[in-house]
Amino acid sequence: MSDSPDGVRPYTIRLELVDRPGELLRALAPIADNGGNLLSIFHERGNVTPRGQIPVEVDLEATPEQFDAIVDGLREAEITVIQAGAERYSEEVTVILVGHLVDTDLSNTLSTVQESTGASVQALSLSAPEGTEAESSARLGLATHSGEIDTVLADIREIAAEKGLQVIEPLTGGDAE
Amino acid sequence: MRLAIVGAGAVGTAVAELAGEYGHTVTGLADSSSGVVDGDGIDVDAALERKRSEGAVGANAPDDVLHGPYEVLVEATPTTLGDAEPGFGHVRTALDRDRHAVLANKGPVAERYGDVRALEAESAGDVLFEATVGGAIPVLSTIADVGADNVSAVRGVLNGTANFVLSRMAAEGLSYEHVLAEAQDLGVAEADPSFDVEGTDAALKCVIVSNVLAEDDREYTLADAEVSGIRELPASALDLATEAGQTIRLIGEVSGGDVRVGPRLVPEHGTLAVGGTRNIVQLETAHAGRLNISGRGAGGPETASAVLADVGRLGE
Repeated sequence: MSDSPDGVRPYTIRLELVDRPGELLRALAPIADNGGNLLSIFHERGNVTPRGQIPVEVDLEATPEQFDAIVDGLREAEITVIQAGAERYSEEVTVILVGHLVDTDLSNTLSTVQESTGASVQALSLSAPEGTEAESSARLGLATHSGEIDTVLADIREIAAEKGLQVIEPLTGGDAE
Repeated sequence: MRLAIVGAGAVGTAVAELAGEYGHTVTGLADSSSGVVDGDGIDVDAALERKRSEGAVGANAPDDVLHGPYEVLVEATPTTLGDAEPGFGHVRTALDRDRHAVLANKGPVAERYGDVRALEAESAGDVLFEATVGGAIPVLSTIADVGADNVSAVRGVLNGTANFVLSRMAAEGLSYEHVLAEAQDLGVAEADPSFDVEGTDAALKCVIVSNVLAEDDREYTLADAEVSGIRELPASALDLATEAGQTIRLIGEVSGGDVRVGPRLVPEHGTLAVGGTRNIVQLETAHAGRLNISGRGAGGPETASAVLADVGRLGE
């Protein structure tokens, strides 16, 4: 969905570097060598791991093939790769909730959605033209982990059912793409 | 072929009127309380005129039509749930007599598919039911052509009344009650619209598709479908959808053994966001990619054309 036509997508890599000069530059070389596009580096100099290493988080863009080559390149250079994967939240999904949203504690609904689905509520629009005591509608923009949309939607259905709310889900897999 | 038509509503009447054009002879026509039978062909116009003026299509009983001369029984009585009677009994009578049955009535193939198939297996007659799904749209024959094994999912807009209500609400910002009343004035919605707006009608169509796709490995009924309708949907929900470039449609979905019908968000200008009473069916296929078929999902002559296409297939 958010993939560009050439398959470039965002990735985050967590590394642990030995505390010596030139290590950061050495860690970035495989990214440049394999055609990745470096987006940001978070170098936690003040936060040394129990193993005496410095955690570094690198955000980059690459095709899946380039990304695999980058991770291989890092491992060949004997750089500790803690986590390498797609960006934490890589898919967006919109749902509309309908019902007595205010009476059923909308903020509790939202926090329950965040806590039990692992999705992040990024946007909220509430429409209550008849006043907050009547039925109203809310549109939620959710960011989810890659491939988890179906489970997130199933969880939301359950939360909504408990509160007597109706969920209008997106049609995933249909002409939504 | 000689056709006996049971059910003299919009579809049954249209089949009777169009049958001659398709090279068939109507040898019987029945409504719920009367019938007319003639082995050489009934006078369709006279029977329909008599129904209008006297409330009866002829001097015979409906049963005389069922047991009369025909090769194909066209079952066009109203859809009923549960035991699917009297439609199911009509199909049984035809098959017991080794005659074919063509259904426009969803009940028997949605609620008692296994029983229908068992009767068909014992009979020299065949059962076809293209008209039960998507009116004029050739959904089941497309599935048959593509091969049920090659179809991984079917989804779409399968109820024109619900689609009319949703598209008018979105376009005009009107309330559900307002648009429903308008639809009733236009004859798009029935006086009791429950079957349409609660999703039952779309669910029955999805159940029939599921039965066809399962190829007798599993039988589906309405009880297997997860159904929610559009009754009382607030206009604010459609407004919020529009703001995000989306709209809401009552979508039926058959995929991975699940049957679901409910209001869903679809792209506002996407393929599935058909307007008015239009229906659309989208098939995901193994080798042919995605197929979209759109058209009129209801109406007398439209649905009759699907019935007569089935009759044509039986003659092959």
